[in-house]
Amino acid sequence: MRGAAPIEVRGLVKRYGEVRAVDHVDLTVERGDVFGYLGPNGAGKTTSLRMMLGLVRPDEGSVRLFDRDPQLGIAALEGVAGFVEAPAFYPYLSARENLRLCAALDGGDAADRIEEVLDVVELSGRARDKVGGYSHGMRQRLGIASALLRRPRLLLLDEPATGLDPGGMRDMRELIRDLAARGITVLLSSHLLGEVEELCNRVAIVRSGRVVYEGSLAELRDRAGVTYLLRTGDDSLAIGVCAAQTGIEEVREAPQGGLLFRAAGKRAVGEFSLALAESGAPPLELSPRQASLEDLFFQLTEGDDAAAGAARMAAAAEELA
Amino acid sequence: MPGLPTVYRWELRKLRAQKRTYLGLGAAAAVPAIFVTALAIRNGEPRDVAFGRYVHDTGLAIPLVLLLFGSVWLFPLITALVAGDIVASEDRDRTLKTILTRSVERQRLFAAKALAAVTYATAAIALSGAVALAAGILASGFNPIVTLSGTEVSASHGLALVGASLLVYLLPILAVACIGLLLSTVFQNSAAAIVGTLMFSLLLQLIGILPGLGGLHPYLLSTQFQAWQGFLRVPVDWAPVLRALWVCALYALPSLLVATVVFLRRDVAGE
Repeated sequence: MRGAAPIEVRGLVKRYGEVRAVDHVDLTVERGDVFGYLGPNGAGKTTSLRMMLGLVRPDEGSVRLFDRDPQLGIAALEGVAGFVEAPAFYPYLSARENLRLCAALDGGDAADRIEEVLDVVELSGRARDKVGGYSHGMRQRLGIASALLRRPRLLLLDEPATGLDPGGMRDMRELIRDLAARGITVLLSSHLLGEVEELCNRVAIVRSGRVVYEGSLAELRDRAGVTYLLRTGDDSLAIGVCAAQTGIEEVREAPQGGLLFRAAGKRAVGEFSLALAESGAPPLELSPRQASLEDLFFQLTEGDDAAAGAARMAAAAEELA
Repeated sequence: MPGLPTVYRWELRKLRAQKRTYLGLGAAAAVPAIFVTALAIRNGEPRDVAFGRYVHDTGLAIPLVLLLFGSVWLFPLITALVAGDIVASEDRDRTLKTILTRSVERQRLFAAKALAAVTYATAAIALSGAVALAAGILASGFNPIVTLSGTEVSASHGLALVGASLLVYLLPILAVACIGLLLSTVFQNSAAAIVGTLMFSLLLQLIGILPGLGGLHPYLLSTQFQAWQGFLRVPVDWAPVLRALWVCALYALPSLLVATVVFLRRDVAGE
């Protein structure tokens, strides 16, 4: 099944009583993707991952990993590794023994790689210590090590940087980047926007169990459009020009001076610029303000209508200005 | 994919690394040692139980008296200590998701856990019997024993009968282990499973002493703890032994089956 997508999810539903934790999720992760699965806490990311790993049965829909269904047997997890929520190990065993156990349950030559993976996550020096005494960050790294034992082609990581200090987060991101560079497809569940922006080429944004966006970050930004900042010598005159100009909308004052507006296109901006010069209020500054991923994330996940989302983006742009 | 022996070995390794295993095995070894020491100090004997009057005559009587005392709560508790914890501890430590995302099928994992719980229960009974024999022989000597039929059998024959009695005693103990395993799987909580198993065992004993329920006695699990006494009759009375076989199976197999189905079908959801 060389051509099959690492992850193909169709119509996935999981209900807990009246609550739909996962609500008709469709998702495709292609080979080589570092795919961000982004959403606020409680959006259903972890439940989706549990279903992908065969830990939880879906009420509806299907998951296929390299075209195999994890509900039908453990064979579907061949070449797949990862963890959901914080990685968990036996606290009364050492890190090395925990890895030996994992390797024994993996079979094959996994046991031969224990020292190598300990080295990758820089835990060789503490491998004899019982995991019960490990910090959160060390357990996260041990989780990565146990995943690497399986020589994964697909890695599913649930909030791998959560709870880490800034240094630990940086190390974790470098590690994920390095693994992706080795050709491992990564599904990274996260609510840390910076992390996703830094690591992922594609994202799915999930809200209340539903995927509200799936695609590249660039497409997402394009979809949101651009807000422009204008500074002139006479703002009140500029506002008058705006009102008469077609394609210039949502004009408002920027908190630190100047005006913010949205434009129908670059041509409209150019014409507006000329009109300003002709009216005696030539632009001192006219620059685009791209909405940040954070703006887009809040717009998509907090459920407000488009106007409120736009207002929030405008507010963010105002702060930038 | 790893075979059952590999998964079983790791279940045993996990048991060896946990304090509760040593707590149970320690109790199994300590109780007979304390019992023999107390007998030596007080120089009395528990006359109201079978073989109690012979504890100073032969060390072979010690394990038999302990089997009678231990059936009330000691051995069910020791058994439940691990059987009630072996699945629930994976929930407590959140490690079920770790091992279920490796290359081992759920049924194999559960079979290894059941085997490990049975191994531990067997080890506890064997250890208790060995310590009781050793301490008893040290204190009272390796002498012939009088059977429940009043006939005396040689010390070596008596030793074989004690061994056979311990084996038959294992039947209800293994049934208790299966019930513990079921509660551990269903409750996903060690304390609830251990207490539940013990309460179930005590409840059956309570039913056994209630008036008017005599017809139920042969089918109570608690009654099967006395089945070994069939060996201590001349000739050997096989009826209680054979009944213990199928009655214990009636308790053990459905428990094991339901536990297996629950384990195979359950969602390993969030904490």
